[in-house]
Amino acid sequence: MKILVCISSVPDTTAKINFTPDNKEFVSAGVTFILNPYDEIALSKAVDLATTNNGTVTVINVGDPSTDAVIRKALAIGATDAVRINAIPRDSFFVAKQIADYAKKNSFDMILCGRESSDHNGSSVPVMIAELLEIPCILFAKSLTIDGTTATLDSEIEGGKEVITTSMPFVAGASEGMAEWKIPNMRGIMSARTKPLTVVEPIEVAQKVKLVSYDKPILRSAVKMIAVDDASKLFDIIREEKKII
Amino acid sequence: MSVLVYIENAEGTFRKSAFEAISYASAIAAKLGKQLVALSIGNVSNDELAKAGQYGATKVLNASGDKLNTPNTQAYSSVIAAAAKAENAEVIVLSASFAGKTIAPRVSIKLDAGLAENVVSLPVMDGAFTVKKGSFSGKAYSIIEMLAGVKVISMMPNSYKVVPSAQSAQVTAFDFIPDAKDFTATVKERVKAGNTISLPEAELVVSAGRGMKGPENWGMIEELAKVLGAATACSKPVSDAGWRPHSEHVGQTGIAISPNLYIAVGISGAIQHLAGVSSSKVIVVVNKDPEAPFFKAADYGIVGDAFEVVPKLIEAAKAFKASQN
Repeated sequence: MKILVCISSVPDTTAKINFTPDNKEFVSAGVTFILNPYDEIALSKAVDLATTNNGTVTVINVGDPSTDAVIRKALAIGATDAVRINAIPRDSFFVAKQIADYAKKNSFDMILCGRESSDHNGSSVPVMIAELLEIPCILFAKSLTIDGTTATLDSEIEGGKEVITTSMPFVAGASEGMAEWKIPNMRGIMSARTKPLTVVEPIEVAQKVKLVSYDKPILRSAVKMIAVDDASKLFDIIREEKKII
Repeated sequence: MSVLVYIENAEGTFRKSAFEAISYASAIAAKLGKQLVALSIGNVSNDELAKAGQYGATKVLNASGDKLNTPNTQAYSSVIAAAAKAENAEVIVLSASFAGKTIAPRVSIKLDAGLAENVVSLPVMDGAFTVKKGSFSGKAYSIIEMLAGVKVISMMPNSYKVVPSAQSAQVTAFDFIPDAKDFTATVKERVKAGNTISLPEAELVVSAGRGMKGPENWGMIEELAKVLGAATACSKPVSDAGWRPHSEHVGQTGIAISPNLYIAVGISGAIQHLAGVSSSKVIVVVNKDPEAPFFKAADYGIVGDAFEVVPKLIEAAKAFKASQN
């Protein structure tokens, strides 16, 4: 069983997000970058599946050399080998095209991604990869089991879940519940140093969207404290002052 | 040229987010001077289809039939792309619902279009076509210029108001049968959760954290939500502990929400939690610790024990609801 896991390097979830004064660029100084938490779920599941099915897990990342630390962490968690497409990601279409191109040249039984990255939150890369490869994509996948050549996945929908079956290959976007996060052990960390990391140059992709600038949410005014004894007035106060209920 | 909006139904009834999407698309169509075409897929009654006209669509395409009556995002993407081509659509709008997030990227590839996801306001169309979308899990926004001729936009639920229109729509069948490869994945079963109010679409959300001390104490949270007609949610430690399902976890690694009112009980307000709920229009925080960081991000705060405050809020909600009737 050959599994491809797509990973991205994102600001730590505790990081404060800051931009240059003209709001054109993200300020990465002082920010720790981590393996995207949803990708880590996908990777954990892939490692489990590969272990029980005598398979391999290749992680793929689109990024410059600064993402190598995150790739090594994925190898320490249990990936067999890694590929880095040597380019700074421009947008989700660019990333998906690079990964789909690699996947076409190196066939896989399944491609696992996180359901979204915690920086751009688009949920687009898994679906675009699937569309480019003309295979199914089960996004928001909360569970995944394999029985022979058939996969069964639970996918979150409004007010519940869908149980979906598919043949291979397919793409899934891992959500919480699919697997427990794995903490690399010392053996994994040591072996990650010697596992293969192949660097591949990107293919050309037409640009369809362009980041112009960033913006921050409007700060709220100071909190208005309400005494416990006045809690019964809360909804009247909200209605009168905010007119939203 | 036209603007096409995909209107999603749940078991034959259009979702609230579908009417938001039509209203949003209607504003774009008016600005561009184009016709607004709505597309419904699946088994929807004529009465329900006619509702699309009440929010600005002049034409409603109805794609139904055995193969399309069970939701299938891959097949639906093909139908939407085919309708967009047939209507020569310049802008395609969808709701960023769970299904919409799986459909929009496929449609963008099929149409060789640009894609902007989780858009929170109307595009600025002053020569360039720019949109504002949520980024960094609610900690910021990105302003994106869409360069391609055809543009696909998925809009965040609750980010645009429903605007009724005096329009009436002509309903037309749209006959399109997707390719067999679109049906490789099959929905075997749909399972409803206990709380049927969808978190991303909910206008009111009551959420609770570890301050509730255990899952056995969630009854009062559910009761408050029920009285208000709200969805229930929880913090990450609560879902990690198995007190509540992962589907209720709101925050940076859970569901990002933007309800009108978010009531947080016994949640301290870690930066990851705030990220996913900061788009809420009004935030009320109940916590016994006056130093809880969440108070700094709230509109209203009550310092007190959840077991004392929540019953008061339930009574207050009942009285408030009674005064509305």
